[in-house]
Amino acid sequence: MPQRPPRWLGQGLSYAAIEHLPGRMIVLEGTDGVGRSTQIEMLSAWIESQGFGVVSTGWTRSALMGPTIDRAKSGHTLDARTFSLLYAADFADRLELQILPALRAGFVVVADRYVYTAFARDAVRGADPGWVRELFGFALEPDLVIYMDIDIDVLMPRILNGKGCTYWESGMDLKLADSIYDNCVEYQNRVLGEFRRMVDEFGFDVVNASGTRENTQRAIRRRVQKLLKEMAAERA
Amino acid sequence: MPLHDYVTPHPYPGKLIIVEGIDGSGKSTQLDLLRKYLESEGHPVHFTEWNSSALVKDTTKKGKKQKSLTPTTFSILHCCDFAERLAYSIIPPLKGGMIVLADRYMYTAFARDVARGVSREWVRGMYSFAPKPDIAYYFQITPEVSVERILTGRPQLKYYEAGLDVMDTDDPVESFGLFQGAIVNEYDAMVDEFGLTVIDGTRPIYTQQQEMRAIMAEKLDDYLTRSVPPRRGSTARRRTPAKASTAKRPTAASTKAAK
Repeated sequence: MPQRPPRWLGQGLSYAAIEHLPGRMIVLEGTDGVGRSTQIEMLSAWIESQGFGVVSTGWTRSALMGPTIDRAKSGHTLDARTFSLLYAADFADRLELQILPALRAGFVVVADRYVYTAFARDAVRGADPGWVRELFGFALEPDLVIYMDIDIDVLMPRILNGKGCTYWESGMDLKLADSIYDNCVEYQNRVLGEFRRMVDEFGFDVVNASGTRENTQRAIRRRVQKLLKEMAAERA
Repeated sequence: MPLHDYVTPHPYPGKLIIVEGIDGSGKSTQLDLLRKYLESEGHPVHFTEWNSSALVKDTTKKGKKQKSLTPTTFSILHCCDFAERLAYSIIPPLKGGMIVLADRYMYTAFARDVARGVSREWVRGMYSFAPKPDIAYYFQITPEVSVERILTGRPQLKYYEAGLDVMDTDDPVESFGLFQGAIVNEYDAMVDEFGLTVIDGTRPIYTQQQEMRAIMAEKLDDYLTRSVPPRRGSTARRRTPAKASTAKRPTAASTKAAK
């Protein structure tokens, strides 16, 4: 099967060429505490064992913006729109300086979260969905978006055993409830709702992440396998 | 609010006056003179400047130093700065009924970022949350005048300032001229698009300032006559010498009468 021609999510970058991108981009999406990093670690090792080079990239991990975003988060003073813009700058930096070069060089790019995270969080915060989608319109459309879905009852113990109910992951800026725990449940429920609403809009591949990590990983690999076969065929 | 709504006036009791123009157009000098005039008339004024928020200053500096900024990251970072200042330094004083004076506004991004290669439509969409200014002065000069003014008394042009990241030349002076030319083209096209008030930036400073004040007096007539409050009330005002306070209002009125 021939490779789907690379496409921008929206308007794209007018000055960047994407005609020839022999690599593939796989995105793992899902809310906080769903287990994305564990799954990405297992997945990347497996892809490499199949002989493909992997470049991993993650939300807020750009050299340019990472420290600024951390500082902004510790302050609790930013309005939602400024946050969206900080994330957009972070993403643009990684897209242009990391993701596109890796795809041009034939790597498999595994992304921990993508623009959908911004769409979900901003929607929960009441931002104009048209504005944020247009803002991130320079994003490249991934070859595969795996959305790790989970029930809130399974999610909460994972959050509590992980980072705990932190300020931002609990959506404390939204003041949804009196206690941190209740606020966190309400916030995560809303985020899950937004992700589920995007399944059809963006054609997510949904994987149930409520089970064991091994089962989840098996389900993810099944979906990735097809892309790797395609790549192997192109290179044969 | 729909996207690209630059027509609906903002709902705040304050007034937003902004200046635009390429480097060396004299806009900052003129805005400073206008600020001093407004303050001397007793109007509550708040000043804000492009790219000045603490939030992204270090980031922009780092990116510039490493020359790692792309046209898109450059553009978004400036919008981060703007969004931050809007939330803290523009909207609150407008709500408080003050006059906000902004040295550069979204039109700077529409001109400069597009000259750098980002799409016109995208950058306009990004700034669609910005309130429309009550007066947007555009100080028009040619790129040649800009080059001449900037190179006098400035030893070296900076990499991004000269547009060396996007222009097809390694010569800073040549690049700066080409870059300013591309920016002027964008500005000129925006005069009609956004109804910018053009001021000829090559005339004497005094003449330009008189024109600015006359335009302001006409456009903000209602506000300016209401803005200077009666002298009784706050203790802070009571401390002001009575002579100065009485001197103020007639001046505002005479400016109006002179029209």
